[in-house]
Amino acid sequence: MSEATPARSHTNVRTEAPATRLTLILVAVVFLALFLLAPLGVVFTQALQKGFGAFAKALADDDAVAAIKLTLLVAAIAVPVNLLFGLAASWSIAKFSFPGKSLLITLIDLPFSVSPVVSGLVYVLVFGSQGVFGDWLAAHDIEIIFAVPGIVLATIFVTFPFIARELIPLMQEQGTVEEEAALTLGASGFHTFVAVTLPNIKWGLLYGLLLCNARAMGEFGAVSVVSGHIRGLTNTIPLQVEILYNEYNSVAAFALAALLASLALVTLGLKTFLEWRHADALTGRARRRH
Amino acid sequence: MSHIAPIERTGPGPGTLGLKKPWRFTAPTVLPGFSLTFGYTLVYLSLIVLFPLSVLVWRASGLGFGGLYAVATEPRVAAGLRTTFSISLAAAAIDVVFGLIVAWVLTRYEFPGRRFLDAVVDLPFALPTAVAGISLASLYAPNGLFGAPLAALGIKVAFTRLGILVALIFVGLPFIVRTVQPIIGELEVELEEASATLGATRAQTVWRVLLPPLAPALLTGFAMAFARAVGEYGSVIFIAGNIAYVSEIAPLLIVVKLEQYDYAGATGIATIMLAISFGALLAINLIQAWSRRRFGHV
Repeated sequence: MSEATPARSHTNVRTEAPATRLTLILVAVVFLALFLLAPLGVVFTQALQKGFGAFAKALADDDAVAAIKLTLLVAAIAVPVNLLFGLAASWSIAKFSFPGKSLLITLIDLPFSVSPVVSGLVYVLVFGSQGVFGDWLAAHDIEIIFAVPGIVLATIFVTFPFIARELIPLMQEQGTVEEEAALTLGASGFHTFVAVTLPNIKWGLLYGLLLCNARAMGEFGAVSVVSGHIRGLTNTIPLQVEILYNEYNSVAAFALAALLASLALVTLGLKTFLEWRHADALTGRARRRH
Repeated sequence: MSHIAPIERTGPGPGTLGLKKPWRFTAPTVLPGFSLTFGYTLVYLSLIVLFPLSVLVWRASGLGFGGLYAVATEPRVAAGLRTTFSISLAAAAIDVVFGLIVAWVLTRYEFPGRRFLDAVVDLPFALPTAVAGISLASLYAPNGLFGAPLAALGIKVAFTRLGILVALIFVGLPFIVRTVQPIIGELEVELEEASATLGATRAQTVWRVLLPPLAPALLTGFAMAFARAVGEYGSVIFIAGNIAYVSEIAPLLIVVKLEQYDYAGATGIATIMLAISFGALLAINLIQAWSRRRFGHV
């Protein structure tokens, strides 16, 4: 008789009644399905609505290929540049103590709180024909706005904090003891970084690179302001998607969109894998999720 | 400056040979490379972020308060700012409710597909905004998968302000879930047990014991979702229909002004939006400072 009662008394203390629990799970599942999964699914069903042939043809179109190439080029410049910055910023911020550190971190995070459209606009104000350097650039025949350099700059701006904000807390958690040991044993500074620091941060670095790359390839608002939308020349994939969609060329628009959505899925998959498999090598923020 | 090393008050002490401690910018360490990496960080940050943003502020100061006010009260701009502001608030509020439920379910309950759903929450972070934009627009179009049944009920979503709301709910959700989730994981089970043994019903425990420590995280998430929604462009413009005075958002108006070569107007709207973002950022910092004092966590 005393066997039966404890079970009932401890189930209800720390959790909701089964009916409430089921309702909450249903609400969460339905909400995520309607608001997140349905938009994702529609991308692929729309891309394949006229069959795989039409989908492949849309991707092989000259302007589409040019857009894909430009997107790869922009990411190939923006991501390494921000990687170098991320490493420099995290080394100086995490391994040394100096006044004004939290202000510096806030400033590095700044691009995250600026609207993408405003991010593009500031470069128009600097390099555009009416901008600070407008006359000088025109006199020297250098095109930045409505050309590839503007797209690269705007992309660097919006992806600026990704790698740094992943590495700074990670390197702060790891401290400086291992590096100090390597240095006192006679390793050079660079050797210490490559042999001691880099292996410690590699998963966090990969995590930051993934997010940075996804945003670099998918950025729309900032790039849209500085691009000028010249087909085959200054259209990245997201901009080409916009043009095709506004021309009611739904299959072609969604075919390119499906390409970006696949990139997003790969990014999410790798990100989830890293959080699951290498949680202890990521920052506290990522680790606490599981 | 509080960072200058203290100077001995009573003259030279033993062993200091009468020398003051030299002032250093960094604390002493054997690690190399500070000047190189710190210098690079400052130069790069200044060139890419600080200089362009200060140009915007400088251009805006050229307009003056009168100029900014004139831009903000232009009927079409005022309507756009109102639309952006009110719908962003509504979307962030809706996200708080559903984000809390999603975070609670994902952290507290065990059910098949939980890990998958947990990964799905980050989708709005990973999916490019233009892709989300066209897919939401086609979902909620009058002939779309959701649009058609809703139209039969007399509800129009695409090309109305309701469409903007849907898009902003989409982009804001992960901010709430990801801010609240770790705090739910850290809630002390002992408190719930104490509350229950003292005779509280589960509803009372949730309302009086569990929700108060979650409040700062919910507020932070709300501010982050709101700030993101105010600046959002790509996922909104396709579903919004962009009807002047009805469903134009502020970021779109910047683009419109630029297309008309109205740089002053674009700068004015951008400055107002920048002020809103920084206000939200400040609010987040204040909430977190308050939360650290009140609850000992962020």
